[in-house]
Amino acid sequence: MPRRTDIHKILIVGSGPIVIGQACEFDYSGTQACKALRSEGFEIVLVNSNPATIMTDPEIADRTYVEPLTPASVRAIIERERPDALLPTVGGQTALNIAVALSEDGTLAEFGVELIGAKLDAIKVAEDRLLFKQAMEEISIAMPRSGYVRSMEEAEELIKEVGFPAIIRPSFTLGGTGGGIAYNSEEYEEIVNRALAASPNHTTLIEQSIIGWKEYELEVMRDLADNVVIICSIENFDPMGIHTGDSITVAPAQTLTDREYQTMRDAAIKIIRKVGVETGGSNIQFALDPSNGELMIIEMNPRVSRSSALASKATGFPIAKIAAKLAIGYTLDEIPNDITRKTPASFEPTIDYCVVKIPKWAFEKFPASDPTLGTQMKSVGEAMAIGRTFREAFQKGLRSLETRRSFRVPSDLDDTELRRRLIVPSAERVYFVMHALTRGYSIEELHALTKIDPWFLDNLMQIHERECEIGKETIETISRDRLREAKREGFSDQRLAELMDCKEDDVRRLRKEADISPVFKRVDTCGAEFESFTPYLYSTYEDEDEADSTDQKKVMILGSGPNRIGQGIEFDYCCCHASFALREEGFETIMVNCNPETVSTDYDTSDRLYFEPITFEDVMEIVERERPTGVIVQFGGQTPLNLAMKLFRAGVPIIGTSPEAIDLAEDRKRFGRLLEELQIPQPPNGFATSNEEAREEASRIGYPVLVRPSYVLGGRAMQIVYDEASLDNYMTHAVEASPEHPVLIDSFLESATEIDVDALSDGERTVIAGIQQHIEEAGIHSGDSSCVLPPYGIKQEHLDAMRRYTRELARALNVVGLMNIQFAISDDKVYVLEVNPRASRTVPFVSKATGVPLAKIASCLMVGRRLEEFNLPDELAVDRFYIKTPVFPFVKFQGVDPILGPEMRSTGEVMGIGEDFGGAFLKAQLGAGMKLPREGSVFLSVNDQDKRSVIELARQLHELGFSLVATRGTERLLASAGIPCGFVYKVNEGRPNITDLVKSRQVDLIINTPLGRVSFYDEREIRRAAMQYSVPCITTMTGATATIEALRAMREEEMSARSLQEYHARAAVK
Amino acid sequence: MEAILALEDGRVWRGRAFGARAEVAGEVVFNTAMTGYQEILTDPSYCGQIVTMTYPLIGNYGATEEDVESRRVFVEGFVVREISRVTSNWRAQESLDDYLKRYGIPGISDIDTRSLVRHIRERGSMRGCLSTSSADEKVVIEKARQSPEMVGLDLASVVTCPKVYTWTDAQTSAYGSPALLHEKSAGERFHVVAYDFGLKHNSLRTLASLGCRVTVVPAHTSAEDVAAMKPDGIWLSNGPGDPEPLTEVIANLRRLLGRYPIFGICLGHQLMGLALGGRTYKLPFGHHGGNQPVKELATGRIEITAQNHGFAVDADSLPSDCEVTHINLNDNTVEGLRHRTLPVYSVQYHPEAGPGPHDAAHLFDRFTRMMDRHRQGDMA
Repeated sequence: MPRRTDIHKILIVGSGPIVIGQACEFDYSGTQACKALRSEGFEIVLVNSNPATIMTDPEIADRTYVEPLTPASVRAIIERERPDALLPTVGGQTALNIAVALSEDGTLAEFGVELIGAKLDAIKVAEDRLLFKQAMEEISIAMPRSGYVRSMEEAEELIKEVGFPAIIRPSFTLGGTGGGIAYNSEEYEEIVNRALAASPNHTTLIEQSIIGWKEYELEVMRDLADNVVIICSIENFDPMGIHTGDSITVAPAQTLTDREYQTMRDAAIKIIRKVGVETGGSNIQFALDPSNGELMIIEMNPRVSRSSALASKATGFPIAKIAAKLAIGYTLDEIPNDITRKTPASFEPTIDYCVVKIPKWAFEKFPASDPTLGTQMKSVGEAMAIGRTFREAFQKGLRSLETRRSFRVPSDLDDTELRRRLIVPSAERVYFVMHALTRGYSIEELHALTKIDPWFLDNLMQIHERECEIGKETIETISRDRLREAKREGFSDQRLAELMDCKEDDVRRLRKEADISPVFKRVDTCGAEFESFTPYLYSTYEDEDEADSTDQKKVMILGSGPNRIGQGIEFDYCCCHASFALREEGFETIMVNCNPETVSTDYDTSDRLYFEPITFEDVMEIVERERPTGVIVQFGGQTPLNLAMKLFRAGVPIIGTSPEAIDLAEDRKRFGRLLEELQIPQPPNGFATSNEEAREEASRIGYPVLVRPSYVLGGRAMQIVYDEASLDNYMTHAVEASPEHPVLIDSFLESATEIDVDALSDGERTVIAGIQQHIEEAGIHSGDSSCVLPPYGIKQEHLDAMRRYTRELARALNVVGLMNIQFAISDDKVYVLEVNPRASRTVPFVSKATGVPLAKIASCLMVGRRLEEFNLPDELAVDRFYIKTPVFPFVKFQGVDPILGPEMRSTGEVMGIGEDFGGAFLKAQLGAGMKLPREGSVFLSVNDQDKRSVIELARQLHELGFSLVATRGTERLLASAGIPCGFVYKVNEGRPNITDLVKSRQVDLIINTPLGRVSFYDEREIRRAAMQYSVPCITTMTGATATIEALRAMREEEMSARSLQEYHARAAVK
Repeated sequence: MEAILALEDGRVWRGRAFGARAEVAGEVVFNTAMTGYQEILTDPSYCGQIVTMTYPLIGNYGATEEDVESRRVFVEGFVVREISRVTSNWRAQESLDDYLKRYGIPGISDIDTRSLVRHIRERGSMRGCLSTSSADEKVVIEKARQSPEMVGLDLASVVTCPKVYTWTDAQTSAYGSPALLHEKSAGERFHVVAYDFGLKHNSLRTLASLGCRVTVVPAHTSAEDVAAMKPDGIWLSNGPGDPEPLTEVIANLRRLLGRYPIFGICLGHQLMGLALGGRTYKLPFGHHGGNQPVKELATGRIEITAQNHGFAVDADSLPSDCEVTHINLNDNTVEGLRHRTLPVYSVQYHPEAGPGPHDAAHLFDRFTRMMDRHRQGDMA
């Protein structure tokens, strides 16, 4: 069937900010969909609140709305744009939920918008467990025993039928938020209550647990002619019971006979037909009883997903792109396979390698949370690796995570504890399995404890055996064959060096002398049956190399690896832009990355893609093969930056700011001297390599001080310490200081205003791209603070000082490309806190706000172009307010105090655009999922320091018509100021107390500033209750002030939405 | 222990030996299926061939008697990147290594199989020799060169059953039984004569589950002998080698055309093409795998099919009373044909799957419907 001609304008809904369970994979799929549909001549209207996405680049869609992803906001866009169709299947659960809401409230019908890809009925059958269960019964596909409950009473009745252990899955939540596994009635009650609260429609599923069964996923595609193909099978290394996003997964399925696989395939085809997903991709999850092959369906997602992104990268078959084309009427056989060119998309990819995906967690940032893995996803990112054997892929995957060295088996680990660590799934379980092998555990024992399939366990055993063999060798004794065998098994030089007690460089030298280097093979969808025209490559120790590198001028871009808090999509955005810009400049671009979620690992993004770990060894092998003209390290965040010096010393042509300058900026002493020379003030600071030094330095500098390890990202282990006792505690428990890794100590500037400046420089001229003022006060990590562009209420002289310092530093460091400086204004003085001569997290935000593609220009500067060629003013202007607001994963980490601090904990961000501050802040808050009330009751509880300003705040709230309620101290204060305010008990004072009010939904907004040095138990209770019951909770005064402006904007203004193209067109005219 | 795989053009791979210790020669082909190695090993169509799996990790789930497709292993030799040293599946009865040893089939592992596949893809399939006994590459290359060419080779006569037998086992209670794919049949409804050119049990199981009593006959059974069995329909199996040398078989088929409903698959389809007056030719490296897209021209419907063939029917050679019904979407070769007036149809692929997708299972139901209609026509 040809492309539909009855529709012309298509609305695509993105997935919003990066949150756990919904990350860059939807930027990848959304971008593919936009590009695919636009190339077919459709006009594309896009809405996504996340400015760090490639899809919101103005050239990806015709009209790009960076607006909150709420039904109201999308309705306004529909009203304005009048699209013919809405594609809801490439924006994750968010887009699907919005599509359902707009269908049900009649908006789509009212404006004649057709849902394409998946119709409402199909979405509902797939999403509504009861309908789904019925549908599965009708086609005789087994499901775990289950039922739906809307109350605790119903739940108690149902558990009699379902039995323990039971899985609780709240309806319509992301990544199973609020769910869990209950082994007894006590846990059951707790989890059911939580799940009912988390579910938007207060419904949760209770399900028979099939924990320990083998888990599989199939990626299925269907076209309008009812052709169905399976793109990829995925087998989970971790058995049922762990969310697939938290499981190590392997493609293709490894332990299924053809009969088992075909049974599953038949079921998948029946299911997609029954559910009625007309076109596009769906993800279907199955469980299989390893003792008898009994098959059950777990769930189906009628849309592209994290797994489909993984499957696309694992096979080379671009699911989202093809899904978009199917949605507009093409059939699978009408779409060519990009990689083979000659064959159509109507086939099932076959692969001739093994793919392993390993999640990356961030539990270290949420120390009070439960690190057990279960049905609720907790990982923040993932790495994928490709090898010719499982062991090779697995070991490449582990090193892609960049964490292995930091894991140590506790020295006092006894057998009981080890067994517990094997039984209870956690982020480290795989390491404990490896460790158990060294203690002589058999595969049978390990299987009994972990339920991991013996085939996987045997592969780990083989790795262990190899380690033992190599451990007996030294760099002098190891034979060429043994070394090559080890490399074929995926051992890194670094690991071999550990095992042979030598240096990584020694292993590398020996390896090169023995002529042992990897070859590069292609991912081609077809197991080499057809010629591949797409250089999508992975390394492996085999005989034949297919890299076919060219002798063109080429630039290699090092990506940012797996997402983590502090290093995510923003850096991928920059890497992609470098590739786009340099392709336009006539360079061949080579991307190196190992994150399957990203746009950078789309084979379309760069001329060549190496799906490889970002380590010195792996990068060097590619450099040796490709011989690039230049290598870019400043866009991928800390990962490539950490390699910069080593690569530079190995002769790699790093372009842009020199690695030496990068090193200088990171080197406390040398950088301090530079600032002194330039007469740029810096807060008093020092560093310490021991506890004693830390005390001395801290007392010299004066408390409070900000302490952190050097060379960290996202404020890892950063703390504000107010006294010596806390400092001792920090030095003893939080960090291990050493001469190589000193602890940095800075004077903490209390109640300072913080500012981030991003700038472009060509070594001579510097263009200030954006001066962003943090809305939260000092002490809160820049990534966790909302920030506003342009700054407001900052004195001209301070702005000028920051501009001057930026230019001076850019020149002094000879910055070529991007740089980011963090300033603080305290006591009427501007201090430099930090200089990062690299792309910062805010580059995409500033680019979207100014309409100037900073990373692209920076890339051009790195290959020798000058700033003057770009016709930019000395400072980019913005003519309205752009606010960036972070989103936090606290709801996934039960037991964690959702309070902001110097350690970054946000996973993503949204942008709000408005003609005034309040309007922009309101949109940002809405975009971040904050449900700001129009009316109702506000609870106030502030620390002594904030008591003065709370009166004014309360007065404004009162004027806006809110009723106020406070605990004793604040209530009296307000009463004395003549502001009416109700009284409520603190948590331990009596009942009903404040948390009772929150739980009975009598409070609509909470303003609670923490009491500084001591965190009181009852405050945590308030904040946790707020989180659980989705009551907005603001923990800073500056945040509260901004929120009041937003509340006012909500009252007073009509929210307006404009596309980026319109905003920037107007700016261009000016 | 070392093993050598050498091709007739002189390219050599050295790897590890597994399975039996032996030296074998044959045409080297690759199969792109990611599951189903045991069914592939026992598919008689691989007689005379050394098979390479493109998927590198083989043997993970061991071997079980339930999944055999014929009376023994038919591949000459087996080539993989890695053979699993453990067996992980609830149905497994032995390891793949032991299984191959039991049937005397040698294997080579730990070679860059992708380089072998690319070599064949670019230069066409060629003869090879897999040796676990000789260390001299020259000797092994020479043995590859001395093995027979596939073109002109009648292998069906080698693999066909020695005498007539009856098949009734639908394997109804087995895991993944073909009976699950078809409407439950009420008792025995048809008598089918199955020409065995190298048939796979799953075809017989499928026919049995559709209520057919199947009489399997050797490849050279005469049309008269078949007629004497009074079949409701005739089924032509898959099989190895070149169809052209099977002139006697083709002549028998001509005599049966029009008298009985005939359904042919794979080699049976090629023989049908020849019997109807068409020609066959050798493909550069054949189709071997479980992901081949086939389009039914009348409906536009696409089936993902299991295939295993090195020869194909030439579409232009077919007389006007024949119609090409299916094509391969990868290379537009003929995948199915029918006679416009006679109850005769055939497909190049494997609707019985085993291994492979079940998308084409309905072709067997079409056969029973055809037999039903034909019988009613006879009565009328």
